[in-house]
Amino acid sequence: MTANRSALGRLAITEAKLLLREPVALFWGFAFPIVLLIIMGLSAPRPQADLGGLRLVDVYEPIVITFVITVLSIQGMPAALASYRERGVLRRLALTPAGPLRVLAAQLAVNFTVAMATTAGVLVAGRLAFGVALPRHLLAFLAVLMVLTGAMLAIGLLVTAVAPTGRTASVIGAMLFFVLMFFAGLWIPRALMSESLRQASNYTPLGAGVRAMQDSIFGSGPALAPLALLGAYAVISAAVAVRVFRWQ
Amino acid sequence: MTVVEVDRLHKEYRAKVAVDDVTFDVQQGEIFGIIGPNGAGKTTIAECIEGLRVPDRGTIRVLGLDPQRDRRELRRVLGGQLQESALPDKLTVAEAISLYSSFYTAPADGAALLDGLGLAAVRNRRYRKLSGGQKQRLSVALALIGQPRIAVLDELTTGLDPQARRDTWQLIRGIRDQGVTILLVTHFMEEAERLCDRMMLVTAGRVAAIGSPADLIASAGLEQRVRFHPSGPLADGLLAAVPGVRMVARSGGEVTVIGTGDVVGAVAFALAQAGIVAERLNVQRASLEDAFVALTSSPGSRSYADEGSHAEEGSDAEEGSHARERSYAKEGARR
Repeated sequence: MTANRSALGRLAITEAKLLLREPVALFWGFAFPIVLLIIMGLSAPRPQADLGGLRLVDVYEPIVITFVITVLSIQGMPAALASYRERGVLRRLALTPAGPLRVLAAQLAVNFTVAMATTAGVLVAGRLAFGVALPRHLLAFLAVLMVLTGAMLAIGLLVTAVAPTGRTASVIGAMLFFVLMFFAGLWIPRALMSESLRQASNYTPLGAGVRAMQDSIFGSGPALAPLALLGAYAVISAAVAVRVFRWQ
Repeated sequence: MTVVEVDRLHKEYRAKVAVDDVTFDVQQGEIFGIIGPNGAGKTTIAECIEGLRVPDRGTIRVLGLDPQRDRRELRRVLGGQLQESALPDKLTVAEAISLYSSFYTAPADGAALLDGLGLAAVRNRRYRKLSGGQKQRLSVALALIGQPRIAVLDELTTGLDPQARRDTWQLIRGIRDQGVTILLVTHFMEEAERLCDRMMLVTAGRVAAIGSPADLIASAGLEQRVRFHPSGPLADGLLAAVPGVRMVARSGGEVTVIGTGDVVGAVAFALAQAGIVAERLNVQRASLEDAFVALTSSPGSRSYADEGSHAEEGSDAEEGSHARERSYAKEGARR
Protein backbone atom coordinates (compact mmCIF):
# COMPACT_ATOMS: atom_id res chain seq x y z
CA MET A 1 0.00 0.00 0.00
CA THR A 2 2.82 2.42 0.85
CA ALA A 3 4.49 1.61 -2.46
CA ASN A 4 1.28 2.40 -4.29
CA ARG A 5 0.72 5.65 -2.45
CA SER A 6 4.21 6.82 -3.34
CA ALA A 7 3.49 5.65 -6.90
CA LEU A 8 0.63 8.15 -7.14
CA GLY A 9 2.87 10.93 -5.79
CA ARG A 10 5.60 10.00 -8.29
CA LEU A 11 3.10 9.97 -11.12
CA ALA A 12 1.75 13.38 -10.12
CA ILE A 13 5.25 14.88 -9.92
CA THR A 14 6.09 13.33 -13.28
CA GLU A 15 2.93 14.66 -14.92
CA ALA A 16 3.61 18.12 -13.46
CA LYS A 17 7.15 18.07 -14.89
CA LEU A 18 5.84 16.98 -18.27
CA LEU A 19 3.28 19.81 -18.23
CA LEU A 20 6.06 22.32 -17.51
CA ARG A 21 7.86 21.00 -20.63
CA GLU A 22 4.93 21.97 -22.89
CA PRO A 23 5.51 25.62 -23.84
CA VAL A 24 2.22 25.81 -25.78
CA ALA A 25 0.19 24.59 -22.83
CA LEU A 26 1.98 27.03 -20.52
CA PHE A 27 1.31 29.92 -22.88
CA TRP A 28 -2.43 29.28 -23.19
CA GLY A 29 -2.95 28.06 -19.65
CA PHE A 30 -0.89 30.68 -17.82
CA ALA A 31 0.73 33.53 -19.78
CA PHE A 32 -2.08 34.36 -22.21
CA PRO A 33 -4.85 34.70 -19.57
CA ILE A 34 -2.76 37.16 -17.55
CA VAL A 35 -1.93 39.14 -20.70
CA LEU A 36 -5.62 39.18 -21.62
CA LEU A 37 -6.48 40.57 -18.19
CA ILE A 38 -3.86 43.30 -18.55
CA ILE A 39 -5.13 44.26 -22.02
CA MET A 40 -8.68 44.54 -20.67
CA GLY A 41 -7.43 46.63 -17.77
CA LEU A 42 -5.49 49.05 -19.97
CA SER A 43 -7.97 49.39 -22.83
CA ALA A 44 -11.02 50.65 -20.88
CA PRO A 45 -10.05 51.87 -17.41
CA ARG A 46 -13.39 53.59 -16.58
CA PRO A 47 -16.55 52.01 -15.12
CA GLN A 48 -19.21 51.47 -17.76
CA ALA A 49 -22.94 51.86 -17.16
CA ASP A 50 -23.80 49.02 -19.56
CA LEU A 51 -21.54 46.72 -17.51
CA GLY A 52 -23.52 47.47 -14.34
CA GLY A 53 -21.09 50.16 -13.24
CA LEU A 54 -18.09 47.82 -13.39
CA ARG A 55 -14.93 48.25 -15.43
CA LEU A 56 -14.08 45.90 -18.32
CA VAL A 57 -11.29 44.33 -16.25
CA ASP A 58 -13.72 43.57 -13.39
CA VAL A 59 -16.08 41.82 -15.78
CA TYR A 60 -13.28 39.92 -17.47
CA GLU A 61 -11.59 38.58 -14.36
CA PRO A 62 -14.01 35.64 -13.88
CA ILE A 63 -13.98 35.04 -17.66
CA VAL A 64 -10.19 34.80 -17.63
CA ILE A 65 -10.40 32.33 -14.73
CA THR A 66 -12.82 30.11 -16.68
CA PHE A 67 -10.49 30.43 -19.67
CA VAL A 68 -7.64 28.93 -17.63
CA ILE A 69 -9.79 26.12 -16.28
CA THR A 70 -11.14 25.31 -19.74
CA VAL A 71 -7.74 25.27 -21.45
CA LEU A 72 -6.41 22.87 -18.83
CA SER A 73 -9.36 20.51 -18.54
CA ILE A 74 -10.88 20.47 -22.05
CA GLN A 75 -7.79 20.97 -24.20
CA GLY A 76 -4.69 19.95 -22.26
CA MET A 77 -5.79 16.92 -20.27
CA PRO A 78 -7.82 15.04 -22.93
CA ALA A 79 -5.08 15.46 -25.55
CA ALA A 80 -2.46 14.18 -23.12
CA LEU A 81 -4.48 11.21 -21.89
CA ALA A 82 -5.79 10.20 -25.33
CA SER A 83 -2.25 10.21 -26.71
CA TYR A 84 -1.16 8.09 -23.73
CA ARG A 85 -3.82 5.59 -24.66
CA GLU A 86 -2.96 5.75 -28.36
CA ARG A 87 0.74 5.14 -27.74
CA GLY A 88 0.33 2.30 -25.27
CA VAL A 89 1.32 4.26 -22.16
CA LEU A 90 -1.87 3.19 -20.37
CA ARG A 91 -1.45 -0.43 -21.47
CA ARG A 92 2.12 -0.45 -20.26
CA LEU A 93 0.98 0.89 -16.88
CA ALA A 94 -1.67 -1.85 -16.77
CA LEU A 95 1.27 -4.28 -16.54
CA THR A 96 2.57 -2.66 -13.35
CA PRO A 97 1.13 -2.74 -9.83
CA ALA A 98 0.32 1.00 -10.23
CA GLY A 99 -2.22 0.44 -13.00
CA PRO A 100 -3.53 2.99 -15.51
CA LEU A 101 -6.17 4.47 -13.19
CA ARG A 102 -3.46 6.23 -11.18
CA VAL A 103 -2.19 8.19 -14.15
CA LEU A 104 -5.74 9.51 -14.61
CA ALA A 105 -5.81 10.49 -10.95
CA ALA A 106 -2.40 12.14 -11.31
CA GLN A 107 -3.54 14.14 -14.36
CA LEU A 108 -6.67 15.30 -12.54
CA ALA A 109 -4.68 16.31 -9.47
CA VAL A 110 -2.05 18.20 -11.47
CA ASN A 111 -4.57 20.08 -13.62
CA PHE A 112 -6.69 20.91 -10.58
CA THR A 113 -3.65 22.26 -8.76
CA VAL A 114 -2.48 24.31 -11.73
CA ALA A 115 -6.01 25.74 -12.15
CA MET A 116 -6.07 26.82 -8.49
CA ALA A 117 -2.58 28.33 -8.67
CA THR A 118 -3.29 30.25 -11.87
CA THR A 119 -6.59 31.51 -10.46
CA ALA A 120 -4.71 32.85 -7.45
CA GLY A 121 -2.25 34.46 -9.87
CA VAL A 122 -5.09 36.12 -11.83
CA LEU A 123 -6.70 37.43 -8.62
CA VAL A 124 -3.41 38.84 -7.37
CA ALA A 125 -2.53 40.40 -10.76
CA GLY A 126 -6.01 41.97 -11.01
CA ARG A 127 -5.75 43.35 -7.51
CA LEU A 128 -2.20 44.72 -7.80
CA ALA A 129 -2.38 46.10 -11.33
CA PHE A 130 -5.94 47.39 -11.48
CA GLY A 131 -7.31 47.27 -7.96
CA VAL A 132 -9.94 44.68 -8.82
CA ALA A 133 -11.77 43.73 -5.62
CA LEU A 134 -10.84 40.38 -4.09
CA PRO A 135 -13.86 38.09 -3.66
CA ARG A 136 -16.23 39.57 -1.11
CA HIS A 137 -17.52 36.08 -0.28
CA LEU A 138 -14.24 34.19 -0.25
CA LEU A 139 -15.53 30.81 0.93
CA ALA A 140 -18.39 30.88 -1.58
CA PHE A 141 -15.92 31.85 -4.28
CA LEU A 142 -13.67 28.89 -3.41
CA ALA A 143 -16.68 26.59 -3.47
CA VAL A 144 -17.69 27.86 -6.92
CA LEU A 145 -14.12 27.52 -8.17
CA MET A 146 -13.86 23.91 -7.02
CA VAL A 147 -17.23 22.80 -8.34
CA LEU A 148 -16.56 24.54 -11.65
CA THR A 149 -13.10 22.99 -11.99
CA GLY A 150 -14.54 19.59 -11.04
CA ALA A 151 -17.27 19.90 -13.67
CA MET A 152 -14.82 20.95 -16.38
CA LEU A 153 -12.36 18.16 -15.54
CA ALA A 154 -15.24 15.67 -15.67
CA ILE A 155 -16.23 16.98 -19.10
CA GLY A 156 -12.56 16.69 -20.09
CA LEU A 157 -12.58 13.04 -18.99
CA LEU A 158 -15.67 12.50 -21.11
CA VAL A 159 -13.85 13.97 -24.13
CA THR A 160 -10.93 11.63 -23.37
CA ALA A 161 -13.29 8.68 -23.12
CA VAL A 162 -14.95 9.19 -26.49
CA ALA A 163 -11.97 10.46 -28.55
CA PRO A 164 -10.21 7.60 -30.34
CA THR A 165 -6.87 9.46 -30.73
CA GLY A 166 -4.94 12.35 -29.25
CA ARG A 167 -5.61 14.34 -32.41
CA THR A 168 -9.39 13.87 -32.28
CA ALA A 169 -9.31 14.76 -28.59
CA SER A 170 -7.61 18.05 -29.53
CA VAL A 171 -10.21 18.77 -32.23
CA ILE A 172 -13.19 17.98 -29.98
CA GLY A 173 -11.57 20.02 -27.20
CA ALA A 174 -11.02 23.02 -29.49
CA MET A 175 -14.63 23.00 -30.71
CA LEU A 176 -15.99 22.66 -27.19
CA PHE A 177 -13.64 25.42 -26.06
CA PHE A 178 -15.08 27.97 -28.51
CA VAL A 179 -18.70 27.11 -27.76
CA LEU A 180 -18.23 27.09 -23.98
CA MET A 181 -16.08 30.24 -23.92
CA PHE A 182 -18.64 32.03 -26.07
CA PHE A 183 -21.28 31.44 -23.40
CA ALA A 184 -18.80 32.44 -20.71
CA GLY A 185 -18.74 35.86 -22.40
CA LEU A 186 -15.22 35.86 -23.84
CA TRP A 187 -16.39 37.72 -26.99
CA ILE A 188 -19.53 39.39 -25.64
CA PRO A 189 -19.63 39.76 -21.83
CA ARG A 190 -22.82 38.35 -20.30
CA ALA A 191 -23.99 41.84 -19.31
CA LEU A 192 -24.06 42.81 -22.99
CA MET A 193 -25.77 39.61 -24.20
CA SER A 194 -29.41 39.69 -25.26
CA GLU A 195 -31.78 38.40 -22.61
CA SER A 196 -32.40 35.08 -24.41
CA LEU A 197 -28.68 34.54 -24.99
CA ARG A 198 -27.95 35.23 -21.33
CA GLN A 199 -30.66 32.76 -20.32
CA ALA A 200 -29.04 30.12 -22.54
CA SER A 201 -25.66 31.01 -21.05
CA ASN A 202 -27.03 30.37 -17.56
CA TYR A 203 -27.44 26.70 -18.46
CA THR A 204 -23.93 26.14 -19.81
CA PRO A 205 -21.15 25.18 -17.39
CA LEU A 206 -19.03 28.27 -17.98
CA GLY A 207 -22.01 30.66 -18.09
CA ALA A 208 -23.14 29.31 -14.72
CA GLY A 209 -19.54 29.48 -13.46
CA VAL A 210 -18.97 33.11 -14.51
CA ARG A 211 -22.31 34.12 -13.03
CA ALA A 212 -21.60 32.45 -9.69
CA MET A 213 -18.05 33.83 -9.54
CA GLN A 214 -19.19 37.33 -10.36
CA ASP A 215 -21.82 37.14 -7.62
CA SER A 216 -19.23 36.02 -5.07
CA ILE A 217 -16.63 38.65 -6.06
CA PHE A 218 -18.86 41.73 -6.34
CA GLY A 219 -22.39 40.68 -5.38
CA SER A 220 -24.26 39.12 -2.54
CA GLY A 221 -22.87 35.59 -2.95
CA PRO A 222 -23.71 32.93 -5.54
CA ALA A 223 -27.22 31.66 -6.07
CA LEU A 224 -27.84 27.98 -5.49
CA ALA A 225 -28.99 27.28 -9.06
CA PRO A 226 -25.63 27.69 -10.86
CA LEU A 227 -23.84 25.67 -8.16
CA ALA A 228 -26.38 22.85 -8.43
CA LEU A 229 -26.11 22.95 -12.23
CA LEU A 230 -22.30 22.68 -12.08
CA GLY A 231 -22.59 19.80 -9.62
CA ALA A 232 -24.93 18.03 -12.02
CA TYR A 233 -22.52 18.58 -14.95
CA ALA A 234 -19.71 17.12 -12.85
CA VAL A 235 -21.60 14.03 -11.70
CA ILE A 236 -23.23 13.20 -15.04
CA SER A 237 -20.05 13.74 -17.12
CA ALA A 238 -17.95 11.70 -14.72
CA ALA A 239 -20.49 8.87 -14.61
CA VAL A 240 -20.77 8.68 -18.41
CA ALA A 241 -16.97 8.94 -18.79
CA VAL A 242 -16.44 6.04 -16.39
CA ARG A 243 -18.96 3.90 -18.29
CA VAL A 244 -17.57 4.50 -21.77
CA PHE A 245 -13.84 4.90 -21.01
CA ARG A 246 -11.58 2.76 -23.19
CA TRP A 247 -8.17 1.86 -21.85
CA GLN A 248 -6.78 0.79 -25.24
CA MET B 1 9.19 -26.31 -11.38
CA THR B 2 6.50 -25.22 -13.77
CA VAL B 3 6.16 -21.44 -13.86
CA VAL B 4 3.62 -20.98 -16.64
CA GLU B 5 0.91 -23.48 -17.49
CA VAL B 6 -1.36 -22.87 -20.44
CA ASP B 7 -4.10 -25.38 -21.13
CA ARG B 8 -6.27 -25.29 -24.27
CA LEU B 9 -6.13 -21.52 -24.59
CA HIS B 10 -8.62 -20.19 -27.12
CA LYS B 11 -9.17 -16.60 -28.23
CA GLU B 12 -11.21 -15.13 -31.05
CA TYR B 13 -11.46 -11.56 -32.34
CA ARG B 14 -14.80 -10.89 -34.06
CA ALA B 15 -15.24 -14.56 -35.02
CA LYS B 16 -11.68 -14.78 -36.34
CA VAL B 17 -9.77 -17.42 -34.40
CA ALA B 18 -6.50 -15.90 -33.16
CA VAL B 19 -5.43 -18.67 -30.79
CA ASP B 20 -6.81 -22.18 -31.08
CA ASP B 21 -6.42 -24.74 -28.27
CA VAL B 22 -2.85 -23.89 -27.38
CA THR B 23 -1.32 -25.95 -24.59
CA PHE B 24 2.22 -25.64 -23.26
CA ASP B 25 4.23 -25.02 -20.11
CA VAL B 26 7.32 -23.07 -19.17
CA GLN B 27 9.82 -24.25 -16.58
CA GLN B 28 11.58 -22.19 -13.93
CA GLY B 29 14.72 -20.46 -15.19
CA GLU B 30 14.39 -21.26 -18.87
CA ILE B 31 14.20 -18.97 -21.85
CA PHE B 32 11.09 -20.10 -23.65
CA GLY B 33 10.43 -18.79 -27.12
CA ILE B 34 7.08 -18.26 -28.77
CA ILE B 35 7.97 -18.14 -32.43
CA GLY B 36 6.00 -17.98 -35.63
CA PRO B 37 5.15 -15.74 -38.56
CA ASN B 38 3.50 -12.36 -38.13
CA GLY B 39 -0.16 -12.71 -37.27
CA ALA B 40 0.24 -16.26 -35.95
CA GLY B 41 -1.16 -15.33 -32.55
CA LYS B 42 2.12 -15.07 -30.62
CA THR B 43 1.39 -11.70 -29.07
CA THR B 44 -2.18 -12.72 -28.19
CA ILE B 45 -0.83 -15.71 -26.26
CA ALA B 46 1.68 -13.49 -24.45
CA GLU B 47 -0.97 -10.88 -23.60
CA CYS B 48 -3.34 -13.52 -22.21
CA ILE B 49 -0.50 -14.67 -19.95
CA GLU B 50 0.15 -11.05 -18.91
CA GLY B 51 -3.54 -10.60 -18.11
CA LEU B 52 -4.00 -7.86 -20.73
CA ARG B 53 -6.44 -9.97 -22.74
CA VAL B 54 -9.22 -12.22 -21.53
CA PRO B 55 -9.18 -15.73 -23.07
CA ASP B 56 -12.44 -17.08 -24.45
CA ARG B 57 -11.65 -20.58 -23.18
CA GLY B 58 -8.87 -22.48 -21.49
CA THR B 59 -6.90 -21.95 -18.32
CA ILE B 60 -3.67 -20.11 -17.63
CA ARG B 61 -1.62 -20.29 -14.44
CA VAL B 62 1.42 -18.11 -13.87
CA LEU B 63 3.22 -19.09 -10.65
CA GLY B 64 -0.13 -20.56 -9.65
CA LEU B 65 -1.96 -17.28 -10.30
CA ASP B 66 -4.89 -16.75 -12.63
CA PRO B 67 -3.93 -13.70 -14.77
CA GLN B 68 -7.50 -12.37 -14.68
CA ARG B 69 -8.61 -13.16 -11.14
CA ASP B 70 -5.24 -12.58 -9.43
CA ARG B 71 -4.22 -9.62 -11.57
CA ARG B 72 -2.96 -7.62 -8.61
CA GLU B 73 -0.55 -10.32 -7.40
CA LEU B 74 0.53 -11.13 -10.95
CA ARG B 75 1.67 -7.56 -11.61
CA ARG B 76 4.13 -7.83 -8.74
CA VAL B 77 5.90 -10.93 -10.07
CA LEU B 78 5.62 -10.51 -13.84
CA GLY B 79 7.51 -7.91 -15.84
CA GLY B 80 6.30 -7.13 -19.32
CA GLN B 81 7.61 -5.39 -22.37
CA LEU B 82 5.19 -4.36 -25.09
CA GLN B 83 5.82 -3.99 -28.79
CA GLU B 84 5.01 -0.31 -29.23
CA SER B 85 6.59 2.75 -27.66
CA ALA B 86 4.89 3.28 -24.33
CA LEU B 87 6.40 6.36 -22.69
CA PRO B 88 5.69 10.09 -22.97
CA ASP B 89 8.00 11.87 -25.44
CA LYS B 90 9.45 14.32 -22.96
CA LEU B 91 10.15 11.91 -20.12
CA THR B 92 13.87 11.29 -19.58
CA VAL B 93 15.43 7.86 -19.15
CA ALA B 94 16.25 8.48 -15.49
CA GLU B 95 12.75 9.80 -14.79
CA ALA B 96 11.15 6.75 -16.42
CA ILE B 97 13.30 4.46 -14.27
CA SER B 98 12.55 6.32 -11.05
CA LEU B 99 8.83 6.47 -11.88
CA TYR B 100 8.61 2.74 -12.56
CA SER B 101 10.74 1.98 -9.48
CA SER B 102 8.09 3.67 -7.35
CA PHE B 103 5.50 1.11 -8.51
CA TYR B 104 7.25 -1.80 -6.79
CA THR B 105 7.98 -2.60 -3.16
CA ALA B 106 11.47 -3.99 -3.85
CA PRO B 107 12.72 -2.49 -7.12
CA ALA B 108 16.03 -3.38 -8.74
CA ASP B 109 18.94 -0.93 -8.68
CA GLY B 110 17.99 1.38 -11.53
CA ALA B 111 21.49 2.80 -12.04
CA ALA B 112 23.01 -0.68 -12.32
CA LEU B 113 20.28 -1.73 -14.74
CA LEU B 114 20.94 1.29 -16.97
CA ASP B 115 24.66 0.54 -16.82
CA GLY B 116 24.12 -3.06 -17.85
CA LEU B 117 21.97 -1.99 -20.77
CA GLY B 118 24.41 0.69 -21.93
CA LEU B 119 21.95 3.49 -21.17
CA ALA B 120 23.91 5.28 -18.44
CA ALA B 121 25.27 7.86 -20.90
CA VAL B 122 21.78 8.86 -22.05
CA ARG B 123 20.10 8.85 -18.66
CA ASN B 124 19.11 12.52 -18.97
CA ARG B 125 17.96 12.25 -22.56
CA ARG B 126 14.26 12.48 -23.35
CA TYR B 127 12.47 9.43 -24.70
CA ARG B 128 11.76 11.07 -28.07
CA LYS B 129 15.46 11.74 -28.62
CA LEU B 130 16.51 8.11 -28.07
CA SER B 131 17.47 5.86 -30.97
CA GLY B 132 15.30 2.85 -31.72
CA GLY B 133 17.74 0.55 -29.97
CA GLN B 134 17.92 2.75 -26.88
CA LYS B 135 14.11 2.81 -26.67
CA GLN B 136 14.05 -0.97 -26.88
CA ARG B 137 16.67 -1.33 -24.16
CA LEU B 138 14.83 1.12 -21.94
CA SER B 139 11.67 -0.95 -22.33
CA VAL B 140 13.67 -4.02 -21.29
CA ALA B 141 14.95 -2.09 -18.26
CA LEU B 142 11.40 -1.15 -17.27
CA ALA B 143 10.30 -4.77 -17.63
CA LEU B 144 13.02 -5.78 -15.15
CA ILE B 145 12.90 -2.87 -12.69
CA GLY B 146 10.41 -4.64 -10.41
CA GLN B 147 12.70 -7.67 -10.00
CA PRO B 148 10.10 -9.96 -11.61
CA ARG B 149 10.24 -13.74 -11.38
CA ILE B 150 9.06 -13.99 -14.94
CA ALA B 151 9.62 -11.52 -17.78
CA VAL B 152 7.63 -11.46 -21.01
CA LEU B 153 9.58 -9.82 -23.82
CA ASP B 154 7.79 -9.17 -27.10
CA GLU B 155 9.96 -8.67 -30.23
CA LEU B 156 12.65 -7.14 -28.08
CA THR B 157 15.41 -6.82 -30.67
CA THR B 158 13.32 -5.50 -33.57
CA GLY B 159 15.10 -2.50 -35.03
CA LEU B 160 18.42 -3.13 -33.26
CA ASP B 161 21.72 -3.26 -35.12
CA PRO B 162 23.61 -6.57 -34.94
CA GLN B 163 25.93 -5.46 -32.13
CA ALA B 164 23.10 -4.09 -29.99
CA ARG B 165 21.14 -7.26 -30.66
CA ARG B 166 23.99 -9.44 -29.42
CA ASP B 167 24.44 -7.23 -26.36
CA THR B 168 20.75 -7.58 -25.59
CA TRP B 169 20.93 -11.36 -25.93
CA GLN B 170 23.86 -11.39 -23.51
CA LEU B 171 21.84 -9.32 -21.07
CA ILE B 172 18.85 -11.66 -21.34
CA ARG B 173 21.08 -14.66 -20.62
CA GLY B 174 22.47 -12.82 -17.62
CA ILE B 175 18.96 -12.23 -16.27
CA ARG B 176 18.04 -15.86 -16.84
CA ASP B 177 21.18 -16.87 -14.94
CA GLN B 178 19.81 -14.93 -11.96
CA GLY B 179 16.82 -17.28 -11.98
CA VAL B 180 14.30 -15.19 -13.90
CA THR B 181 12.14 -17.18 -16.28
CA ILE B 182 11.89 -15.53 -19.67
CA LEU B 183 9.12 -15.78 -22.21
CA LEU B 184 10.41 -14.46 -25.51
CA VAL B 185 8.08 -13.63 -28.38
CA THR B 186 9.93 -13.36 -31.67
CA HIS B 187 9.69 -13.94 -35.40
CA PHE B 188 13.44 -13.67 -35.68
CA MET B 189 14.79 -17.21 -36.00
CA GLU B 190 18.44 -16.54 -35.33
CA GLU B 191 17.45 -14.98 -32.04
CA ALA B 192 15.30 -17.95 -31.07
CA GLU B 193 18.00 -20.43 -32.07
CA ARG B 194 20.72 -18.68 -30.09
CA LEU B 195 18.76 -17.69 -27.02
CA CYS B 196 15.95 -20.14 -26.31
CA ASP B 197 16.26 -23.30 -24.27
CA ARG B 198 12.91 -24.45 -25.61
CA MET B 199 10.42 -22.94 -27.95
CA MET B 200 6.97 -23.29 -29.33
CA LEU B 201 6.31 -22.76 -33.00
CA VAL B 202 2.89 -21.22 -33.62
CA THR B 203 1.17 -20.95 -36.98
CA ALA B 204 -2.34 -19.68 -37.57
CA GLY B 205 -3.09 -19.81 -33.85
CA ARG B 206 -2.07 -23.44 -33.42
CA VAL B 207 1.01 -25.11 -31.96
CA ALA B 208 3.07 -26.58 -34.81
CA ALA B 209 5.93 -27.91 -32.64
CA ILE B 210 7.42 -27.60 -29.16
CA GLY B 211 10.99 -28.44 -28.20
CA SER B 212 14.60 -27.31 -28.14
CA PRO B 213 15.98 -25.67 -31.28
CA ALA B 214 17.74 -28.96 -32.12
CA ASP B 215 14.48 -30.89 -31.61
CA LEU B 216 12.63 -28.60 -33.96
CA ILE B 217 15.30 -28.84 -36.64
CA ALA B 218 15.32 -32.63 -36.35
CA SER B 219 11.52 -32.87 -36.41
CA ALA B 220 11.39 -30.94 -39.68
CA GLY B 221 13.36 -33.83 -41.25
CA LEU B 222 15.30 -31.51 -43.49
CA GLU B 223 18.17 -32.67 -45.63
CA GLN B 224 21.75 -31.54 -45.39
CA ARG B 225 24.29 -31.13 -48.13
CA VAL B 226 27.98 -31.93 -47.99
CA ARG B 227 30.24 -30.77 -50.81
CA PHE B 228 33.94 -31.58 -51.10
CA HIS B 229 36.80 -32.49 -53.41
CA PRO B 230 38.07 -36.00 -52.57
CA SER B 231 41.83 -36.25 -52.13
CA GLY B 232 41.91 -39.55 -54.03
CA PRO B 233 39.77 -41.75 -56.24
CA LEU B 234 36.36 -42.33 -54.72
CA ALA B 235 34.35 -45.46 -55.58
CA ASP B 236 30.79 -44.67 -56.69
CA GLY B 237 29.10 -47.07 -54.29
CA LEU B 238 31.04 -46.04 -51.17
CA LEU B 239 28.98 -43.03 -50.13
CA ALA B 240 25.63 -44.26 -51.48
CA ALA B 241 25.81 -47.07 -48.92
CA VAL B 242 26.28 -44.70 -45.97
CA PRO B 243 23.18 -44.56 -43.73
CA GLY B 244 21.07 -41.43 -44.28
CA VAL B 245 22.50 -40.65 -47.70
CA ARG B 246 19.87 -40.22 -50.38
CA MET B 247 21.82 -38.86 -53.28
CA VAL B 248 25.43 -38.56 -54.44
CA ALA B 249 26.33 -36.37 -57.39
CA ARG B 250 29.60 -35.49 -59.10
CA SER B 251 30.41 -32.41 -61.01
CA GLY B 252 33.97 -32.14 -62.21
CA GLY B 253 36.14 -32.85 -59.19
CA GLU B 254 33.44 -31.96 -56.68
CA VAL B 255 31.20 -34.47 -54.92
CA THR B 256 27.83 -33.44 -53.44
CA VAL B 257 26.12 -35.67 -50.90
CA ILE B 258 22.55 -35.04 -49.77
CA GLY B 259 20.95 -36.83 -46.85
CA THR B 260 19.16 -36.62 -43.54
CA GLY B 261 20.00 -37.18 -39.89
CA ASP B 262 23.70 -37.21 -38.97
CA VAL B 263 24.72 -37.61 -42.55
CA VAL B 264 27.71 -35.31 -42.17
CA GLY B 265 29.27 -37.44 -39.45
CA ALA B 266 28.55 -40.68 -41.29
CA VAL B 267 30.11 -39.42 -44.54
CA ALA B 268 33.17 -38.16 -42.68
CA PHE B 269 33.56 -41.56 -41.03
CA ALA B 270 33.22 -43.47 -44.32
CA LEU B 271 35.79 -41.22 -46.01
CA ALA B 272 38.22 -41.60 -43.13
CA GLN B 273 37.93 -45.39 -43.30
CA ALA B 274 38.66 -45.29 -47.02
CA GLY B 275 41.67 -43.07 -46.32
CA ILE B 276 40.26 -40.15 -48.29
CA VAL B 277 40.46 -36.57 -47.12
CA ALA B 278 37.54 -34.23 -47.94
CA GLU B 279 39.18 -31.10 -49.28
CA ARG B 280 37.43 -27.74 -49.55
CA LEU B 281 34.66 -29.18 -47.45
CA ASN B 282 31.39 -27.25 -47.36
CA VAL B 283 28.45 -28.31 -45.18
CA GLN B 284 24.98 -26.84 -45.43
CA ARG B 285 23.00 -27.76 -42.35
CA ALA B 286 19.33 -27.02 -41.97
CA SER B 287 18.94 -23.99 -39.71
CA LEU B 288 16.03 -23.26 -37.44
CA GLU B 289 14.83 -20.92 -40.14
CA ASP B 290 14.72 -23.82 -42.64
CA ALA B 291 12.88 -25.93 -40.06
CA PHE B 292 10.51 -23.05 -39.39
CA VAL B 293 9.65 -22.75 -43.06
CA ALA B 294 9.27 -26.50 -43.50
CA LEU B 295 7.07 -26.83 -40.41
CA THR B 296 4.88 -23.81 -41.11
CA SER B 297 4.36 -23.89 -44.86
CA SER B 298 1.37 -25.82 -46.11
CA PRO B 299 1.76 -27.66 -49.45
CA GLY B 300 -0.11 -24.81 -51.15
CA SER B 301 2.22 -22.13 -49.94
CA ARG B 302 5.25 -24.16 -50.94
CA SER B 303 4.29 -24.32 -54.58
CA TYR B 304 4.39 -20.54 -54.65
CA ALA B 305 8.09 -20.66 -54.01
CA ASP B 306 8.38 -23.18 -56.85
CA GLU B 307 7.23 -20.66 -59.39
CA GLY B 308 10.42 -18.75 -58.82
CA SER B 309 8.54 -15.48 -58.39
CA HIS B 310 9.67 -14.90 -54.81
CA ALA B 311 12.01 -12.05 -55.65
CA GLU B 312 9.11 -9.93 -56.85
CA GLU B 313 6.78 -11.04 -54.10
CA GLY B 314 9.06 -10.06 -51.24
CA SER B 315 8.37 -6.43 -50.43
CA ASP B 316 11.40 -6.03 -48.20
CA ALA B 317 14.74 -7.68 -47.74
CA GLU B 318 13.55 -9.88 -44.92
CA GLU B 319 10.63 -11.31 -46.84
CA GLY B 320 12.90 -11.85 -49.80
CA SER B 321 15.29 -13.95 -47.75
CA HIS B 322 12.35 -15.88 -46.30
CA ALA B 323 11.21 -16.72 -49.78
CA ARG B 324 14.67 -17.88 -50.75
CA GLU B 325 14.90 -20.10 -47.70
CA ARG B 326 11.52 -21.44 -48.55
CA SER B 327 12.56 -22.41 -52.05
CA TYR B 328 15.64 -24.12 -50.65
CA ALA B 329 13.52 -26.13 -48.25
CA LYS B 330 11.32 -27.14 -51.12
CA GLU B 331 14.27 -28.24 -53.23
CA GLY B 332 15.51 -30.30 -50.34
CA ALA B 333 12.15 -31.91 -49.83
CA ARG B 334 11.68 -32.71 -53.47
CA ARG B 335 14.97 -34.43 -54.15
